Amino acid sequence: MNNKIKRILPQLLTILFVVFVFGFFTINAQVNMDNRGIDFGFGFLSQEASFDMQFTLLDYDGQDSYLWAYVVALLNTLLVSFLGIIFCTILGVVIGVARLSQNFLIKNSAAWYVEFFRNIPLLLQIFFWYYAALRALPLPENAQPWFGVTYMTIKGYYIPSMIWENLNVFMSCLIAAIVAIIFIRVYARKIQEKEGKQLPVLYISLALITILPLLSFLIGGVTLDFEMPVLKQLAQTSFIFEGGIALPPELIALVLALSLYTSTFVAECVRAGIQGISKGQKEAAASVGLTPNQILKLVIMPQALRIIIPPTTNQYLNLTKNSSLAAAIAYPDLVLVFAGTALMQTGKAIEIVGITMLTYLSISLAIAALMNWYNKRIEIKEK
Amino acid sequence: MNLSLNRIKSQNQMTNIYIGSALLILSILDVFLNSFFRINISGSLPGNLSIFFPLILGFLGLSYLRTEYSGYKFLDSLNKNINTTNFNAFLTLFITFAILKAFPPALSWMVLDANISGDTKEACTGTGACWTYIKVWFKRFMYGMYPNELHWRINSAFLLVIGLGFVGYFFKENLKKYLALYYVVIYPIIAFLIIYYLISGGAFGLVWVETGAWGGLSLTFIVSFFCLIFCFPLGMILALGRRSNLPAIRYISVGYIEFWRGVPLITVLFMSSVMFPMFLPQDFFMDKLVRVIIAITLFEAAYCAEVIRGGLQALPRGQYDAAKSLGMGYWKMHIFVILPQALKLVIPGIANTFLALVKDTPLIFVVGLAEIAGMLALAKTNPKWLGFAMEGYIFAAIIFWIICYAMSKYSYNLEEKYKTER
Repeated sequence: MNNKIKRILPQLLTILFVVFVFGFFTINAQVNMDNRGIDFGFGFLSQEASFDMQFTLLDYDGQDSYLWAYVVALLNTLLVSFLGIIFCTILGVVIGVARLSQNFLIKNSAAWYVEFFRNIPLLLQIFFWYYAALRALPLPENAQPWFGVTYMTIKGYYIPSMIWENLNVFMSCLIAAIVAIIFIRVYARKIQEKEGKQLPVLYISLALITILPLLSFLIGGVTLDFEMPVLKQLAQTSFIFEGGIALPPELIALVLALSLYTSTFVAECVRAGIQGISKGQKEAAASVGLTPNQILKLVIMPQALRIIIPPTTNQYLNLTKNSSLAAAIAYPDLVLVFAGTALMQTGKAIEIVGITMLTYLSISLAIAALMNWYNKRIEIKEK
Repeated sequence: MNLSLNRIKSQNQMTNIYIGSALLILSILDVFLNSFFRINISGSLPGNLSIFFPLILGFLGLSYLRTEYSGYKFLDSLNKNINTTNFNAFLTLFITFAILKAFPPALSWMVLDANISGDTKEACTGTGACWTYIKVWFKRFMYGMYPNELHWRINSAFLLVIGLGFVGYFFKENLKKYLALYYVVIYPIIAFLIIYYLISGGAFGLVWVETGAWGGLSLTFIVSFFCLIFCFPLGMILALGRRSNLPAIRYISVGYIEFWRGVPLITVLFMSSVMFPMFLPQDFFMDKLVRVIIAITLFEAAYCAEVIRGGLQALPRGQYDAAKSLGMGYWKMHIFVILPQALKLVIPGIANTFLALVKDTPLIFVVGLAEIAGMLALAKTNPKWLGFAMEGYIFAAIIFWIICYAMSKYSYNLEEKYKTER
């Protein structure tokens, strides 16, 4: 009896406390909203947003609804996160491997890179790139081309845009190639398990992924043109680039800062992963006659990845959440557009902040669930 | 590659070393003169060759120098550390030359061509940095809009709080058992009272200064200090809650932790500034700074909890069983057996969380509290001081770097100190 009370009482108290806090907040919110004449509801989502966004991936103008503004802003957030994740992975892997180099200079440069970029607040780094470094770039009329056709100016980075014809044919060829590669990999594994033979999967995959899309150009009627950015004079001293794609400086500053900052953490994950494999593994693999390539592919990497991937995904998640700092330099991401402008216009604080938080929360939880599934799959099954 | 380069080497080792060092010194000299004195000794070479000249020369020099064993200590360590293979030699040269190239411009911008004299923008005549700007704005960057003649109050409050933090070291042996009580309960209360009465004033004849005037680096310190001392106990409770075998407590803890870990801090701050007032009774006013501190504390506590949970999980079951077999209850077991060991294990993780907290404090700028990033934004748009964003951000970056680097080194020392044999 005594034990039962001991188990139930604390739980009851905790639940009561939580209910009390939530109840207190809800009642206050209701009273406050009644007093100010605001009603709770999501009807505003279909109203006209009537504000503009500087940079969008999809078509958007002020006549569209708040809901559409939300979608467009969310896509902007995802774009920054996606670019950041790609660059921080590349940089992080290079730096992480460099930290394990035998070369004294390389090892120390990599270590200082990590110490330098991870000890400065991300917000300051974003500000530095946006307000200081990118403002030092030339005006459009003075810009020298990079790689011949792209222009880095104070107003952004101008790159040629691609004009596709029959893009869907090309895309279906690409997808067909990827599906074929997956099938071949499964088949190759089966063959290896059955007969011990190894198919040259890598070469076959490379061939498939280049030849099929190429064929679509030759047979499928796909054409690709480039539209170059061209300097155009608006007034006596005002120049602008037209055509092509303009990446705004906000996007560049954000991606730069996010990927430099996060790459230091990814580098540490990679280093820990590789160091976590004992030397004995390598020697044992060599003693059963595997070649250095096979050792790396079949023994070292699968084990190292098991250590590297979970913390690295965590870093990707952090990067996605940190991309909300975009609001500080006016890049139209979810927080700036939705929790900033839309909130100001509608005054629906609870709904809008709630939606914003829920969006991030669902991204995080989805990735976390994926991670748990992956961890379960690769877990070493001990007998 | 190796073979073909070996073929040009002489059989005599000494000849190789002489040729190699001559080539290497020549290549470094070329870059050095080029970047420091703008003398280009390879300028007469045609076209692009001039650019790659030192690289090629140095590469040949290093490959001449590469031997198994030469007997010279310096040369052997050089070979072992930076010159093991062609690829390594190439990277070595690349990094050395990059540093040599980048150093002079950075030096002249930061020091040689920089200005620090005078009090106005006009004093900055050089092409380098304008440290006058930092000098003039220094007090604002440190204290925000806090009245100039009252800065002693902030300074003395900080000194007092830091001093009280060290009091624990001087506790007598018979008082040691109250150490945790002191740091977890008494110290935060005293620190709060000191900061409240000394910095905001309003009592004991001190002029009231509202929190809107607080700012600069001192605000960064105040916010991170309070969040630090509050989020740690809360995180500990949450970690215990997540490991509890009472389902209601466990699920509530899990929900809390996952919620706060899933949202970005900036939305939490938005929530504290626009949404939270709606949840409070109508006449109840809570200062913006207090709301921000509460928000950051709640947020970081979730991260703290996860780190501490890692420590709890890492302890072997035997520790729990042993404590239980001695007849210890839940709280006794955790306070005297489990937590001391678990916390020792998670020192690096806790330090990382705290570091992240300090690095997150500039974010309070988005809700209108002008700590150092906010002051920089203010100074940057001042019409008298336009165009010095670079200096400002470099200054702030250096300050934060020193703080964070010192913290991470300190945590490393702490980890070494408390490492127990296993």
